[in-house]
Amino acid sequence: MNAQALFTAYSTIVLREIRRFTRIWPQTLLPPAVTMTLYFIIFGNLIGSRIGEMGGFDYMSFIVPGLIMMAVITSSYANVVSSFFSMKFQRSVEELLVSPVPNWIILAGYVTGGMARGLGIGVIVTLLSLAFTQLKIHSLPMVVVTVFLTSALFAVGGFINALLATKFDDVSIVPTFVLTPLTYLGGVFYSIDLLPDFWQGVSMANPILYMVNGFRFGILGVSDVNPFVSLGMILVFIVVLSFIALKLLARGKGIRH
Amino acid sequence: MTNALEIEGLTKTYGSGFEALKGIDLKVTQGDFFALLGPNGAGKSTTLGIVCSLVTKSAGKVSVFGYDIDTHLSQAKLHLGVVPQEFNFNQFEKVFDIVTIQAGYYGIPLKKAAVSAEKYLKKLGLWDKRNTPARMLSGGMKRRLMIARALVHEPKLLILDEPTAGVDIELRRSMWSFLEEMNRQGTTIILTTHYLEEAEALCRNIAIIDHGRIVRNTSKRELLQQLSLETFLLDTEKPLSKTPELEGFTCRLDNEGVLEVDVHKGQALNDVFAQLEQQGIKVISMRTKANRLEELFIRMVESSEPAGEAITEGRA
Repeated sequence: MNAQALFTAYSTIVLREIRRFTRIWPQTLLPPAVTMTLYFIIFGNLIGSRIGEMGGFDYMSFIVPGLIMMAVITSSYANVVSSFFSMKFQRSVEELLVSPVPNWIILAGYVTGGMARGLGIGVIVTLLSLAFTQLKIHSLPMVVVTVFLTSALFAVGGFINALLATKFDDVSIVPTFVLTPLTYLGGVFYSIDLLPDFWQGVSMANPILYMVNGFRFGILGVSDVNPFVSLGMILVFIVVLSFIALKLLARGKGIRH
Repeated sequence: MTNALEIEGLTKTYGSGFEALKGIDLKVTQGDFFALLGPNGAGKSTTLGIVCSLVTKSAGKVSVFGYDIDTHLSQAKLHLGVVPQEFNFNQFEKVFDIVTIQAGYYGIPLKKAAVSAEKYLKKLGLWDKRNTPARMLSGGMKRRLMIARALVHEPKLLILDEPTAGVDIELRRSMWSFLEEMNRQGTTIILTTHYLEEAEALCRNIAIIDHGRIVRNTSKRELLQQLSLETFLLDTEKPLSKTPELEGFTCRLDNEGVLEVDVHKGQALNDVFAQLEQQGIKVISMRTKANRLEELFIRMVESSEPAGEAITEGRA
């Protein structure tokens, strides 16, 4: 396939993904908007007003970057894992397998589709947050780069999950038992300065902490960790997970007999 | 001339240890209409699955129009169109989208894909359903949708794995005419089918596979010449009350009073008519009783069956 044909195949996968999640918007776009609005009302307005400042900012301003990032992470992951696993389940993945699309285009297409949903949700949640607080962006490039890379990383993660999953339970295990706890403990609602030394150390092993803080640095200019270390870690994770995903695809793991 | 498909020493052992293919050799020439026949679990779908990259082979070589799938997979796939046994499209997508998306995977831009999709959806009687979600289609329509999808990139080799399974007779006949037309226009076709009547009506060459081995690979004509006995059904002008005596032939009356006559190879059917005429019996129409190929197929598969081993469902 020449470059133009490759681009056509890539854009076909991306557009198919975008069409899929916009077609079922009550399942894909609406729930995070509702959930995040509740977070803003309950944690930001009601409880946050009693908490006072966190990291030098009022509590609502502090949690907004974390909540945006949380929505981006879960949506990017969920889009790829559910879409690709459904394709496996319905066997429509065979449409791709019999075609000459190279594996890296398949991966890139699905990751871009996941990013489209993740970033779309990020924009929706950001717009909703404006109803509760004012966002002053400290570093736009940092915001954009962090959110793009984080979205890509979790989309790749979702792809690997979908390849390895053999039943619907396997699709929900990682988001429920890994992603959600790591996100909640990743400094979305608090600064790790509040934790005792031991738990601060433990928190540093949580990769989501770096992403949330990198994004928070982009918006507020404060972070528990060096934002460039955050970016470096995200990049390393993307490279490693993409390599694993391509290896699994080449072996036909979960998709070829 | 390069063969449309060449398979050499193909083997497949599944993770469970089951040996589905035990060294298959097969050649399909360009323009052929080829049938791959065999009982359930014989290795038909595994063979075609390997050709289409849905199954990974254990050993052997496969090339499509000269392109080895180990070294030139992408080029090999460009020449292939696949109609699988089971429905494998997204049930929630619309008919038109399913076909054009498949074209996109082959690198065909949407404008060009739309033209091709329209052509095949119209030919297969699905154009009116183009905006219908696939799940709303009947079984026959879903089968035709898979054919349209397989053809949208104009492949030179079309592989159909039991394309008419569960399809009513009328639709089956119309699908036959469509496939014959495709073949006349130059598309090489390989099909597997359980309807041996289908293979007999459509195909020029036939391979019979059983227990992961090709037990026969020849032309349909040669295969049918091996038949030593055929049973003819004769409808007589007046109903027969008793079976007539026909010297040299075995005959009987079925429940509806139709005369069945067994004719061995070398015997002349004219002798049957002459003897019946002498007895004052007038024949108004005649047909063969069973599918001839079916009879031969059963005999071949039975003779290739290892002693004491039963044919089991779903081995592959």
